Amino acid sequence: MPRAATVLRLGALALLVVFLVRPQSFAPLFAPLTQYGAPPIYDQGNLLQLALAQLGTVCLAAAASTLVAVALGILVTRPSGAQFLPLSRTLVNIGQTFPPVAVLAVAVPLVGFGEKPTLIALFAYGLLPIFENTLVGIRTCPPAVLEAASGMGMSARQRLLSVELPLAMPLILEGIRLSLVINVGTATIGSTVAAKGLGEVIIAGLLSSNTAFILQGGLVTGLMAILLYDGMVALERRLLRPVALD
Amino acid sequence: MITVESLTKCYGGATVVDGVSLAIERNSITAIVGTSGSGKSTLLRMINRLVEPTSGRVLLDGHDTRDEPAYLLRRRIGYVIQGNGLFPHRTVAENIATVPRLLGWDARRIEARVRELLEVFSLDPATYAQALPYQLSGGQQQRVGVARALAAEPAVLLMDEPFGALDPIIRTKAQEDLLDIQRRFATTVVLVTHDMDEAFRLADHVAVMSGGRLLQYDRPAVLLTRPADPFVSRMTGLADRAMRLLSLVTAGEVALPGASDGPAVAPTASLRDVLSELLWCGADSARVVDADGKPRGRLTVAAILAHGRP
Repeated sequence: MPRAATVLRLGALALLVVFLVRPQSFAPLFAPLTQYGAPPIYDQGNLLQLALAQLGTVCLAAAASTLVAVALGILVTRPSGAQFLPLSRTLVNIGQTFPPVAVLAVAVPLVGFGEKPTLIALFAYGLLPIFENTLVGIRTCPPAVLEAASGMGMSARQRLLSVELPLAMPLILEGIRLSLVINVGTATIGSTVAAKGLGEVIIAGLLSSNTAFILQGGLVTGLMAILLYDGMVALERRLLRPVALD
Repeated sequence: MITVESLTKCYGGATVVDGVSLAIERNSITAIVGTSGSGKSTLLRMINRLVEPTSGRVLLDGHDTRDEPAYLLRRRIGYVIQGNGLFPHRTVAENIATVPRLLGWDARRIEARVRELLEVFSLDPATYAQALPYQLSGGQQQRVGVARALAAEPAVLLMDEPFGALDPIIRTKAQEDLLDIQRRFATTVVLVTHDMDEAFRLADHVAVMSGGRLLQYDRPAVLLTRPADPFVSRMTGLADRAMRLLSLVTAGEVALPGASDGPAVAPTASLRDVLSELLWCGADSARVVDADGKPRGRLTVAAILAHGRP
């Protein structure tokens, strides 16, 4: 990673942390965006807690999506599970095409207000990239390598764990990264059903025509998404050996 | 000793391998040759049960290979494929250690074996043990593939066109290595190839297959002098069969007592090579001389030519 880019990222992280811990020191910056003496910094809750709550929801949903999507991806690439591929694809595609807002509307009567409907919506929304990437990752393992693995005497399970999954890992991690980043932004709608999150700040801004609030909610969410993306890329580089698959 | 008993494989209506029986001697190299689609690879893959036979059976030292789970059987049989199939995410040492690890060898024994094999295949452990496959040349990757197959000291080594992807110079070297290794570890090698030169160069016995059937299974010289089927003659080549026959005999085997002032040849040189040397030098006879300079006799052109006839 070029040094300038690293400096920029660390700067963005520092800015985010400082803003979340001491938002009032940024008040002069946001003051010109307010009218009639409205507060320039969100004052109906703690920004740091809201950001962490949102991050927590997103990570929990991503963990659940990963578990289900990877398990499905493994299942449908086994000879015994191949017949479930069309069904799994359909389910996962519905998860992606059904708007998260609509999922919330359906889920609230079933599980009540708060975190749960948001978790369900994000979980469903995050399945597709992880599932498709798992599928491609496992399917593009070189046939000679798989043949060698079986020929050496690996059981089906050993072959999956020590050859197929490690070779598919770069793509699986990429899928998780995409899913995480999409959902950091999507999670803000959870605030419409009383989940803790930065959506609260944006909604408060919309209700009181306070552009400063809207901007704060949006910027913090955006920065979190960018930093999460970079963090995942750095993690992937650290975890994975450089492998030339040609 | 591998005994193949009326082995048959059908896919749907198509019979890919049709009632093949053969007995492969311990500590020998057997080549299975044939055109593409002749069923030679399928036959090989039925020995380690990567393909399950439709009927018939394979005995390994008298034991039916179906007596144990296929994956356990395969740990006792080395397997090398074209394009070698090295695990791209594992180092050379880890690749070679695959089967010993599956067998649960202790770490020290695995390390010693990996080191030994790297040295046998002239790959310096300090440089290559921790390298990843993509950092190696094609020839080196192929050697690691063979080393990996031999890691757990299997009695049987199956090879499916192992040298097909190598350039001619590296291929010749790889074939020499295989002969050395076969002698060194006393392995029974079964090799699938479509290259008759390779089969004649390496094999003690050659099995010729066509359309799923075994046409002939015999020593290379017999394939030339007494082909069981016109297809066998076509495979072995009619035009240069005399030269092929000469290539199967070494100078040391047929040298006659006496002295010669012709060129010196090694006792391991084939008669084909000796004849070529004599033509080139315009000499009538060659001196057969040991590596340490001891004379072993002489070979005349007439004596050589006598071996080029059935």
